Amino acid sequence: MSRLANKFADLKASGRKALIPFITAGDPYPEFTVPLLHEMVAAGADVIELGVPFSDPMADGPVIQRASERALSHHTGLRKVLSMAMEFRKTDQDTPLVLMGYLNPIEIMGYEDFANAAQRADVDGVLTVDLPPEESEACVSLLRERGIDQIFLLAPNTNAERIQKMDAVGSGYLYYVSLKGVTGAGHLDTADVEQKLQLIRQNTALPVGVGFGVKDADTAKTIAAIADGVVVGSALISKIEANLDDPQQARHEIITLLKSMREAMDV
Amino acid sequence: MTERYPQGHKYDMPDARGHFGPYGGIFVAETLMPAITELNEAYQRYMQDPEFIAELDADLRDYVGRPSPLYLAERWSRELGGAQIYLKREDLNHTGAHKVNNTVGQALLAKRMGKTRIIAETGAGQHGVATATVAARLGLECVVYMGAVDVARQALNVYRMKLLGATVVPVESGSKTLKDALNEALRDWVTNIDNTFYIIGTVAGPHPYPAMVRDFQAVIGREAKQQCIAQAGRLPDALVACVGGGSNAIGLFYPFIDDKSVKMIGVEAAGDGVETGRHSAPLCAGRPGVLHGNRTYLMADDDGEIIETHSISAGLDYPGVGPEHAWLKDTGRAQYVNITDDEALAGFHALTRMEGIIPALESSHALAYAMKLAPTMRKDQIIIINLSGRGDKDMHTIMQREGISL
Repeated sequence: MSRLANKFADLKASGRKALIPFITAGDPYPEFTVPLLHEMVAAGADVIELGVPFSDPMADGPVIQRASERALSHHTGLRKVLSMAMEFRKTDQDTPLVLMGYLNPIEIMGYEDFANAAQRADVDGVLTVDLPPEESEACVSLLRERGIDQIFLLAPNTNAERIQKMDAVGSGYLYYVSLKGVTGAGHLDTADVEQKLQLIRQNTALPVGVGFGVKDADTAKTIAAIADGVVVGSALISKIEANLDDPQQARHEIITLLKSMREAMDV
Repeated sequence: MTERYPQGHKYDMPDARGHFGPYGGIFVAETLMPAITELNEAYQRYMQDPEFIAELDADLRDYVGRPSPLYLAERWSRELGGAQIYLKREDLNHTGAHKVNNTVGQALLAKRMGKTRIIAETGAGQHGVATATVAARLGLECVVYMGAVDVARQALNVYRMKLLGATVVPVESGSKTLKDALNEALRDWVTNIDNTFYIIGTVAGPHPYPAMVRDFQAVIGREAKQQCIAQAGRLPDALVACVGGGSNAIGLFYPFIDDKSVKMIGVEAAGDGVETGRHSAPLCAGRPGVLHGNRTYLMADDDGEIIETHSISAGLDYPGVGPEHAWLKDTGRAQYVNITDDEALAGFHALTRMEGIIPALESSHALAYAMKLAPTMRKDQIIIINLSGRGDKDMHTIMQREGISL
């Protein structure tokens, strides 16, 4: 059983939902990242999505775009992110770590080299925004052989047939993007999400994380009531952006926000 | 559009999922998948619909001004002392470039699909103008994304788009050029997917765009082939076209792919020179990767990050290239070469002075390569150059480069 499957099984057994923070690796500078990952775990994170910076983040809104630009200004590319993952794993053998990003860095490294490197770094999952299931077989099979889950995105306009496709190819969990748009945009419509989750659950037994629009403890609590996991990204990265001259303050605000979410979700 | 190639047309790329060998495909975020499926169904259906084709052909004739002439550049050919050079005069189209062939087609498709809002990306502004033009004609809302750097260097086209009623959004992210405009247009599309049609201007993007844009641009090659046979009595020996994303080149090449005696040469922008790293020549100096929805040759570093491109011509300033060009390169059916900024300028001046035709800087890359090629060929041989656009939009760039002020 993969670390992700274990984690979701444990959470289910204890009646809790996964808190899944997303941050962009290397934002605002490389040394900031790994200590923050540990602190996020201490604050109640169950799974971590670590963003691999990309020069052309087509599905991301301005907040994560700028995070990628800050990270790339210090040359935090895929190789560097893999080394961060390895460093994190040295002192945390328990928390699943998912690399989230775009396909081109993986293409340029080569699928097999990437799969081997991800295995060496003991990465648990890979979420590639621009790799739909139809094109994913070559990459997914190499990851699967190495016990690494491929996580797929679901959108509000994804139909039952496609959900079944993701269910067949994906593992670990599915990530439901709760609104049409880019990261960091708009507001959650809980009734919509709830309705969509029904359709998703009819077509997959995989755990479902929900993200896009989770901003505070209240939204986290609302989503936790209906989903298996709550993904929060832009709201955390906004804290970095608001405190570029004081990274310690950014760290403090991120941890405070996560703790408040954890608390609200566990009530 | 198979019915347009009644006999002997055997090349049948791409496959049903948009693959040209390993290239092409559909690499997009999940939210776009339903829209792409819907578009693909509409494209497959209407390209077989005689009524749609008749409407398209009438628009190309009466609105665009087709067929465009195939012009023998006699004086220039004599001067170069080799092959006879024919120019396919896409510069004479309404709006001044080949781009309108495609926007007319996609706009008709948008109308058939009931979309009320059009978005587009643009580099030099030619595609933006061509999109704003058809949107104005059909009364559709139009938003054009354009890199802030390009907004500055193509101010005239920005004004034209605004006159036509389009909203021009300067894109400040990344390198602030065409690739970033494409990113922003994709973000808009994801957000407004229900009512919005994205008119991509080149043969890139997720399937069906590379095939669809090619099919709309293939009118260039179909006409050129007929005209060449009518005027010169035979097929040409070589086709030469500039390649940024590659739509004018594919438009010229496609109807000749099965005519193996016809050489096809795509000319990429070498900027300061390929050896300097400051260029826009992914086929000559890049590597395969995935960007903007398809697998193709790209300019990327060892981490897979996209490298900033350089070219005097905004329309060629793009780090990728249409996936069909990647396939034609790998199979050897087409050759890809490159021309520097300085060489392109020499081509620009040569045509202007020798033939009284002021070409676009993009097309000037093809002209400059033909200046090298023609003298190596016999006088009874024929080159067709795709004169993809006119140079009015580039006056400012050229004056600046050559230190001239009015």
